[in-house]
Amino acid sequence: MSRSSMRIVLTVNGRPVEADIEPREVLLDFVRDRLGLTGAKRSCDMQVCGACTVLLDGLPISACCTLAYEARGREVLTIEGLTSDGRLHPLQEAFVDHAAVQCGFCTPGMILTALVLLRETPTPDAGHVKAHMNGTLCRCTGYWKIIDAVVDAGRRLRASGADR
Amino acid sequence: MKPERVVGTPMRRVDAEEKAVGAARFTGDLVVSGMLHGRVLRSPLPSARIARIDGSAAERLAGVRAVLTGRDLVDMDPYYGHAIKDRPVIAIDRVRFAGAPVAAVAADDPATADDALAAIRVEYEDLPAAATLDAALSSGAPRLHEGPLRPGLFHGLGELRREDGNICYHYHFSRGDLDTAFAGADLTVEGEYTFPAVYQYAMEPHTVIAQWGADGLTVWACCQHPYLVRAELADLFRLPLSSVRVIVPYIGGGFGSKSYTKMEPLTAALARKAGRPVRIANRVDEAMVTTRRHNMKCWMRTAATRAGEVVARQCRIWLDTGAYADNGPRVAATAGDAAPGPYRWKAAGVDAWAVYTNTPPAGSYRAFGAAHLCWIGESQIDALARKTGLDPLEFRRRNLLRPGEEVRPGGKPLDADLIGDVTKVAAAVGWGEHKPPMVGRGLSVGLLAAGANPVSTAAIRLQADGSAVVLVGTSEMGQGSRTVFTQIAADELAVPPARIRVMGTDTQFTPYDRSTGASRSTTIAGKAVQRAAADVRDQLLEIAAGAWGLPVGSLDVRAGAVWHETESLSYQDLIKRHFGMVGGELIGHGEVRPERGTGSYAEGPVFWEVCVGGAEVEVDPETGRVHVRRLASVADVGKAINPVLVEAQDEGACLQGVGNALFEEMRFEDGQLINGTLLDYRIPSMADLPDEFRSIIVENADGPGPYGAKGIGEGAQAGVPGAIVNALGDLGIDARELPLTPERLWRLMRGSR
Repeated sequence: MSRSSMRIVLTVNGRPVEADIEPREVLLDFVRDRLGLTGAKRSCDMQVCGACTVLLDGLPISACCTLAYEARGREVLTIEGLTSDGRLHPLQEAFVDHAAVQCGFCTPGMILTALVLLRETPTPDAGHVKAHMNGTLCRCTGYWKIIDAVVDAGRRLRASGADR
Repeated sequence: MKPERVVGTPMRRVDAEEKAVGAARFTGDLVVSGMLHGRVLRSPLPSARIARIDGSAAERLAGVRAVLTGRDLVDMDPYYGHAIKDRPVIAIDRVRFAGAPVAAVAADDPATADDALAAIRVEYEDLPAAATLDAALSSGAPRLHEGPLRPGLFHGLGELRREDGNICYHYHFSRGDLDTAFAGADLTVEGEYTFPAVYQYAMEPHTVIAQWGADGLTVWACCQHPYLVRAELADLFRLPLSSVRVIVPYIGGGFGSKSYTKMEPLTAALARKAGRPVRIANRVDEAMVTTRRHNMKCWMRTAATRAGEVVARQCRIWLDTGAYADNGPRVAATAGDAAPGPYRWKAAGVDAWAVYTNTPPAGSYRAFGAAHLCWIGESQIDALARKTGLDPLEFRRRNLLRPGEEVRPGGKPLDADLIGDVTKVAAAVGWGEHKPPMVGRGLSVGLLAAGANPVSTAAIRLQADGSAVVLVGTSEMGQGSRTVFTQIAADELAVPPARIRVMGTDTQFTPYDRSTGASRSTTIAGKAVQRAAADVRDQLLEIAAGAWGLPVGSLDVRAGAVWHETESLSYQDLIKRHFGMVGGELIGHGEVRPERGTGSYAEGPVFWEVCVGGAEVEVDPETGRVHVRRLASVADVGKAINPVLVEAQDEGACLQGVGNALFEEMRFEDGQLINGTLLDYRIPSMADLPDEFRSIIVENADGPGPYGAKGIGEGAQAGVPGAIVNALGDLGIDARELPLTPERLWRLMRGSR
């Protein structure tokens, strides 16, 4: 089968990236296999579970069902881009503190999905979290500790006055 | 100074930060130099002969390095299976389920491998299929397996023999005189029940990397039973155990789906043919046909006196184990053991059959056996309570076994306070309070034979600076084992937890562990860690005693040093003294093995895991939808080494129980899985959470593990469905089929009106 390739230029975690890709290449494989950013995971492979969630221009998308080509000229944020200078984002800290992490396979997608909620609703209650994150699945926890973590992260961000 | 202890505290998970920043490595995140990508061609038919298979076009594609079929296995005995060796590494002349691996391809990248799959030509000749339990059990049904049965390496099931027809395994017990007991009883309830096939959905599908080299076969796998996988690989490829190395990175959830051997033999065979390392990563649709929970039908009757005393129970269980035994025989035995429930019977009898069908193989899934049976037995207990006019909680209080009473002849006596447990969950769901219309409450109590074989070993290497490496074979799959072992080792060695590092399993270096599953790791592997630490401590005391010329008995260990009254020698000083240089290490060994009898399963279990749940539900009469208002479970854990991790395990098990009770079901038509994606197969999301939930931790120090601990994490999944079913029973709805989808419940309510 003949292969064609195309060049894309995009920003990943704040850095410019230029690459030759296959037209059929999905963004998940692009960040995992080409860039070594393996925090985003492949699970359902059909936009149901949220394990592959990354932010594209600030909005959560399923990288398993997004062509890498669609990300050309845009900004991609993966979980690896959330820590700065080795310091955890308050949302990551809250997940750690609330034992909202078990096997860890859903965690990067959960955190990035929650990040968008906190930008829209800085101090969410449990109801906000459930409504916003219903499309992100976890099979280990009962979700309660994840909800607690997100609610608490909102409080922490407000207390610190951070705007991230 | 009071020593700071971390056992019993909600210490942060040692792996949480790594996972929260996306740095934790799972098998699919690893890249081995020269690694190819494997993909598997699977049978579209449930039962067929492979007339012709041609991979030549695929082999000619650029970037394709190997195409593997059954013909490549002629130099080996290609059958495996820990219970029964009935499963070929890849289909040989025949397929027995839709989804069976027929060919595998190794290519430079996944897309090329996909292209190659499309280029493989297979001609099938349809064979008659036995795609349901009824079809497989009917006379004249096509047989899936014939010829002498070949026992697997780890069946632990006594004498195995080829049963008649499509019976894979038969488990039976009978105690007391059933006929007399039922004839003499005042009240009997009886019914037929069905239980669905369920998908475990570990979010990480099975992923394996295999590499052959001068030192043998190396496999990276997300497996719960690395030592059993190693043994089966060694057996298949005729290698000494010392030439098979299984490395287990972090696992993205297991729940039993990664128990025993799954994709490892196929990946190893493909890598052998390709002459290069190969990774096979299942997709979810492939994981669903790799293993699943047994669907089941069951007949049960239970009798009691009019005064409210249980008399007898009899049960027949047919479990659909699919095309290969996998763990079906053990599931059948555990279901049989769970069937009587923890009551004082005059007579009880169980027959449980694992049955072959032309469907994907069924194996382990959280609380297997108990999850199948508890809701059935408990719904009959409620029915009898209603007939006697007794409150279901009171009925249970009168009849439940008490600690120390016999659960099964020759087995471990009851090691839990079930009456205390069920009373706690009853209170948590508002038992006895006023009920609004269409609101019902239910309770469920059961026991799960837990622990599997009590065999684990561990080692601790105390380093020259007083820090320590813990080597123990538990797979970290989210349950928090590395954290719990860190806590145990820290306290036993009297060093801060930050000085302890618990490593993932590498069978070449990590001492033997039976498996991760059966709620056994804290109890058994944790005990081995505790003993390894005690061994290190003893060595430190000996060295100090020699240095001071004092008896060991006059010394103690705290804060990273050995003490005699107010004098101390730090671990660093002691190791330096012992080796005569700054370097060296002390290695402690710990092991757990059966301490009485032969250690066979029959004398077990290691402990009885309680399955106690309470539920308050509301039913919408117009739609048949069940809304769970309150849910409670008991984590009867003996000692909570980390209470937050206990809660986390229990919460997850409860929610899986809700899914199992209310909507999860793998649906097959003519042997084809018709909801084989996560779009069609729904698992609980945040929208399915009960309004209120309580996990009640009970610590009676009555377990055989460290500090009196015993395992949890499975029982709640068996307790919750029974609680929900009985809450519906409280509303007069007699549910005998799970899951209780709105449609099913709506029909049930119309039919019963």
